[in-house]
Amino acid sequence: MHFSMTNEMMREIIMDHYQNPRNKREATSEDYQTIYMDSTSCIDKIYIQVKIENDRLVDVCWHGIGCAISTASTSIMTELLKGKTVSEAQNIISNYKNMIHEEEYDPEILDEAIVFMNTSKQAARIKCATIGWNGVNKILGADDDE
Amino acid sequence: MFDVQQIRKDFPMLRGLTMQGHPLVYLDNAATSFKPYCVLKAIENYYCNCTSNSHRADYDLSQQVDELYEGARSKVAKFIGAKKSEIVFTSGASMSLNLVAYGWGIKYLKPEDEILLTEAEHASNILPWFKVAEVTGCKIKYIPLDEKGKLTPENVSKTITKNTKVISVAQVTNVMGYVIDVKEIAKIAHQYGAIIVVDGAQSVPHMKTDVKDLDCDFLCFSGHKMCGPTGIGVLYGKYQLLDCMDPLLTGGGMNTRFDMCGDVGLQIPPLKFEAGTQNIEGAIGLAAAIEYLEKIGMDEIAKYEIELRQYMIDKMKEIEGITIYNPSADTGIVTFNLKNVFAQDAASLLNSKGVCVRSGQHCAKILMEFLKTTATLRASLYFYNTKEEIDIFVDACKKGGDFLDAFFND
Repeated sequence: MHFSMTNEMMREIIMDHYQNPRNKREATSEDYQTIYMDSTSCIDKIYIQVKIENDRLVDVCWHGIGCAISTASTSIMTELLKGKTVSEAQNIISNYKNMIHEEEYDPEILDEAIVFMNTSKQAARIKCATIGWNGVNKILGADDDE
Repeated sequence: MFDVQQIRKDFPMLRGLTMQGHPLVYLDNAATSFKPYCVLKAIENYYCNCTSNSHRADYDLSQQVDELYEGARSKVAKFIGAKKSEIVFTSGASMSLNLVAYGWGIKYLKPEDEILLTEAEHASNILPWFKVAEVTGCKIKYIPLDEKGKLTPENVSKTITKNTKVISVAQVTNVMGYVIDVKEIAKIAHQYGAIIVVDGAQSVPHMKTDVKDLDCDFLCFSGHKMCGPTGIGVLYGKYQLLDCMDPLLTGGGMNTRFDMCGDVGLQIPPLKFEAGTQNIEGAIGLAAAIEYLEKIGMDEIAKYEIELRQYMIDKMKEIEGITIYNPSADTGIVTFNLKNVFAQDAASLLNSKGVCVRSGQHCAKILMEFLKTTATLRASLYFYNTKEEIDIFVDACKKGGDFLDAFFND
């Protein structure tokens, strides 16, 4: 389906996730790991929360303030990563980041997240399109400087 | 005679560059300004013809550099109506404000003292004072803004007390863009025995400044917002204040003698504050920028910018659902939001049309509580902008509803 997805469809998906963000709630239970993500250059201020059980991301949720791109990309990410094992999630995140940075990636495993394939054309938005993803990546132990 | 088309020829950045395939329209002048060729030439001349350090004067080359560097100081002094001994070169307005806060504030303030600021100040005029309060135990109070978001002398009178020792305010704030009555506020401050520190980062580049007439105690501004290079700025201070405050940096060039017992003799101001090799190219570039601005005329610049602003406001009012937060401000700063579009998404849309504006909180984070919004857009003008550029900007704003266009380039 990905290769036939038109710009119009991609827009609709982004708008849908912006207007009705999925998994946008604050988890208060102590078995969630929480990370706060913000940026000096933009307004996005979001909290990402992940519950890991037996090496599996059984829940991924988030809350905070963000632009359309950060909101939609984080929303899509939570749907995509929920239920995956840690290594599956890491693989998806790494493919997503490759796509954002115009490197090789597997569109199949990114599913709806491929709507952000054009991000590199608006370099200023890379931060918005990756803020949530970098958050989960950090929770999963990544040590990158982004 | 002010001729914007002629002026534009002086700027390499205005030679017809494009962004995202569209002619570049730069409306982020409150962040930084473009530089004319004459500034670049002055810097090139220093590096190509007389590179050497300043304040050595053992040989002709160094003598030449001293003349350029100290000549730059004289030029800055004359530009704002000060004496040469009252001009300290810094890295920019932030450094200047920090120098006053650390060098004067921390030295003299006591726990019962008060510092008055406003909610509209830039981070660089708030955070150094937070530090002063932390170290000295003094208090910070905010002078209320009026309903338009402007600081008035009346509200200063209502807030000031006999414990007030410092009022530190921007002559033009970077989000609201009103020109405040510094002269009147200085009068009130002095009646109470307080000093007034003026953040001139957004005002000095755009209007004639006379520190003697304003009677401010300190004035801080940056070179890069007034056609000069980055990394150079100015602290003006009344000489007796500079004389009794401490330098932030110590080292070479700022002392007259020192011995192994720790006895140090300092240079007199302004050299006392200029430790280490200075930003010589910056000072030289700033002097060239000032010369350039003076050739056009600061009054002409202010007049043209106000005309341009009025044109922009009138055009922007045609945009459906737009919110303009400072319609009656008197500078080229316009703060606004488009209907139902998050500021950053709108800025991204404008980027895709070749238009540079700033989204965000503009380093004045506490002001957002006053404006009741999380983020805004800011378009800010300089004397090289044109009505045609404003038309392009307004047309792009009218597409606000399709802000994802930026993402799909269609």
